[in-house]
Amino acid sequence: MRILLISLLLWAQGSASADMFELSPFCPPALRLDDAGRCTLHSQYQAYGSLYDKGVGGLKTGLPPVRDGFTPQQIDLGRLLFFDPLLSRDGSVACSSCHDPALGFSDGRTRSVGVQGTPVERSAPSLWNVAFLERLLWDGSKQTLEEQLQGPLYAPNEMGGDPQTLLTTLQDNANYRHLFASAFDDQPLALDQVYTALAAFESSLISLNSRYDLYAHGVHSALTANEKEGLNVFRSFVARCAECHTPPLFTNQQIAVLGVPEAEGRPLDPGAAATTGDASQRGGFRVPSLRNIALTAPYMHAGNFASLRETAAFYTGGRGHAVPEGEELNLHWHIWDPQLSDRELDRLVDFLMTLTDQSFLPEIPPALPSGLHPARAPGVATGGSHALNIHTAPIAQQKALP
Amino acid sequence: MTLSKTVLFNLTTTLLLLAGQAFAAVHDVREGDSIQAAVEAAQPGDTILVHPGIYRETVYVDKDDITLRGMVVEGEWPNLEGDKTLNDAILYSGNGFTVEWFKITHYKGNAIMGQAGNNFSIRNNWIVDTGVYGIFPEFGENGLIENNVLSGIEDAAIYVGMCDYIDVRNNRVFENVAGIEIENSRHALVEGNIAHDNTGGILVFITPGLPIKTSYDAIVRRNTVINNNTPNFAIPGSLVSTIPAGTGIIVNSGDDVVIEDNIITGNNTAGIIVTSQDFATGVAGDPASDPNPDRVQILDNVMFNNGGDPATEVKALMLTQFSTTGPDILAYKGAAEAERESCVSRKSAYRTYGLEEWGDCTSPTVRAADAVGSAPALAGTTRDVTTKMLPEPATPRVITVDANGAKLVYQGICAGCHTYNIRMIGPPVMAIKAQYGDDATAIAQYIAAPEKKRPDFPTMPPQDHLSEDMRLEVAKYMLELNK
Repeated sequence: MRILLISLLLWAQGSASADMFELSPFCPPALRLDDAGRCTLHSQYQAYGSLYDKGVGGLKTGLPPVRDGFTPQQIDLGRLLFFDPLLSRDGSVACSSCHDPALGFSDGRTRSVGVQGTPVERSAPSLWNVAFLERLLWDGSKQTLEEQLQGPLYAPNEMGGDPQTLLTTLQDNANYRHLFASAFDDQPLALDQVYTALAAFESSLISLNSRYDLYAHGVHSALTANEKEGLNVFRSFVARCAECHTPPLFTNQQIAVLGVPEAEGRPLDPGAAATTGDASQRGGFRVPSLRNIALTAPYMHAGNFASLRETAAFYTGGRGHAVPEGEELNLHWHIWDPQLSDRELDRLVDFLMTLTDQSFLPEIPPALPSGLHPARAPGVATGGSHALNIHTAPIAQQKALP
Repeated sequence: MTLSKTVLFNLTTTLLLLAGQAFAAVHDVREGDSIQAAVEAAQPGDTILVHPGIYRETVYVDKDDITLRGMVVEGEWPNLEGDKTLNDAILYSGNGFTVEWFKITHYKGNAIMGQAGNNFSIRNNWIVDTGVYGIFPEFGENGLIENNVLSGIEDAAIYVGMCDYIDVRNNRVFENVAGIEIENSRHALVEGNIAHDNTGGILVFITPGLPIKTSYDAIVRRNTVINNNTPNFAIPGSLVSTIPAGTGIIVNSGDDVVIEDNIITGNNTAGIIVTSQDFATGVAGDPASDPNPDRVQILDNVMFNNGGDPATEVKALMLTQFSTTGPDILAYKGAAEAERESCVSRKSAYRTYGLEEWGDCTSPTVRAADAVGSAPALAGTTRDVTTKMLPEPATPRVITVDANGAKLVYQGICAGCHTYNIRMIGPPVMAIKAQYGDDATAIAQYIAAPEKKRPDFPTMPPQDHLSEDMRLEVAKYMLELNK
């Protein structure tokens, strides 16, 4: 790690400006700089098609349309902003407080906690592969990252800021003035640039390099016998997991009413119905991707399933078994009583573990333009510059593991 | 390489290629053997020949161009038996998959389930009580389902979901909840099937909440749809659990459906029901899903003795017309409206409900001369459409072994550890270029089985999962990087 730092510092010193903060002219690993100076995604999945470009199907199926085309500088600026508590009302939290790279870009909590310890309504969703999502948030109510991220930025119980203060704060910071100018062609610093940069960084969080992916591309030795058995349970029409958690992203991006229980004492979360006004969507939530799911416990919108095993077991508890008395939910037709055995549940968990891939994990900035420390989720050891990509093995290394 | 060596090399390569094509292997599987083991050993193009006997397993095929063929000997079939403990008999994701001549019994989920395999053929199988579905291709393009016999299925015996360019022909489906269901699919020909004694015979559906939203361009033709009066035994909560017993054909939201030359008799609720999504209740709303069936054409069909004992909701409708029997054709709510632009030929021949605003799509009289192969297309019929499958197979889904494929592999895998000029987990590309010059072959060799080279870097993981040719392409790609 020290060597990485030194080389970065050497590079920074060698660049034209003597400023401490310069933006990387390189795209993050999944992306490649095109001739127009934009970072575009390259993945083996792009060799495959998918019906109507929807990115749903089986093993060799293409991805949905991706959000890319940002410049390396915009992405790197987004990375700094993402970790910077300067963006919150009191400098106490950043995006990374609830979306910590060490926890699959989630926070390990049942429900997230915003400024001054105020709880948020739902569990923090992972940000891996958000570049492919056509709707965001648990209730699917936002269509773009730029639109979505303004929610937590300004919600009183999340980051608690307000647009004018945020703009002034950034304008007052010489480092940021310089960085925004270099990322946005010397245009005056504006809030839209903040949103663009954050969206650019979030779109760069690509995880398509798991052992499962190796299997999908045709390397059948990449999965163990137990994991293949789990894959077959997963895609079977008994468990029906793949009907909604459809490869390659392991989500079909639809709203589904499952009848998931709330945490003890909490009222039923109306989910999508609250924003669409369609009562038939009561209790409906966006089907989340299962990529890197092993890293993002606890599970479901209410975050009250501690383990993957417990979550998988929910689906075999019987249709509507956790729906509160008096609620008439339009439960999804795939919710039934598949009577999965203990062995099948164990194998499902084995398979879900193969969806872990952090080989393109970004580096946590060793220092921030604000001078504040990068925000981390509670309980995550903060070593300042402790880069995570050291302990994330690329797929072939993972493959070698027992 | 000298000239003669080059010639020899090319000749050998050609022979090897020819051998690969001409001598696709046949793997024999006999009772007591594992079919899956044969699938593991098979290469694309191979056939797995399964001899008569009982086989208790789930077979999954995640490679291309595999044929699973049962060998029926003097009436003895190879029988995949699920004992109601196994989930699915056959799962496939590969392209060009063929499965034929199997008896498949007593599974819990499906007999044959496909996810995104294109160019599939599912033929001549005998399927009994395999749980929720019988034949279930999903997300597939260009497929054939023919000559299968299916019974005792809790949902649809033959389900085509989110697929394109599919022919379903000459199958026999009976004593299922649904005989044949085309759901959120386009370009389907359902022809010459016999659907009898199901709850509902043939269904063309748009189901809300699925990622592919449309269902259009289906021809339902020359089927025999009779006595579909079996009480609904679907799993509570499933979509087909709302189908009233006694339904011959039901179009629920599907667009551009042509129903022609079928024999539809003895279905006690109705011969044909055309409805918008308000017929199936209990599903969460989906604003991206169009609930109404547009441009349905009911051409000439032989229909009589339908509606003898209609389901409660249809009986109530018919009572408003002072009738206690169900109709041959029922257009329900949104489906009845003129703006749907639906039409029916020979309307007065049938007992109908809700067709007041439908147009007249007069069918011509068909004579013997119109039926011969060389006859010109007969206007007002679909007789000239012989298939909805593609004239050429759907595009294969492969990572090509060339610069383009190499770019995807490099960026998808290698770039996790190597950047052009910054040290990451692995050395920068600049340093690698300095060491190897333009010797791509040496890199291709090294990455198959790397050893520790640089004291300050971890050993690179082996990339022997890539073919030798692909490793070379990736190495070349890497050496050409300049930023």
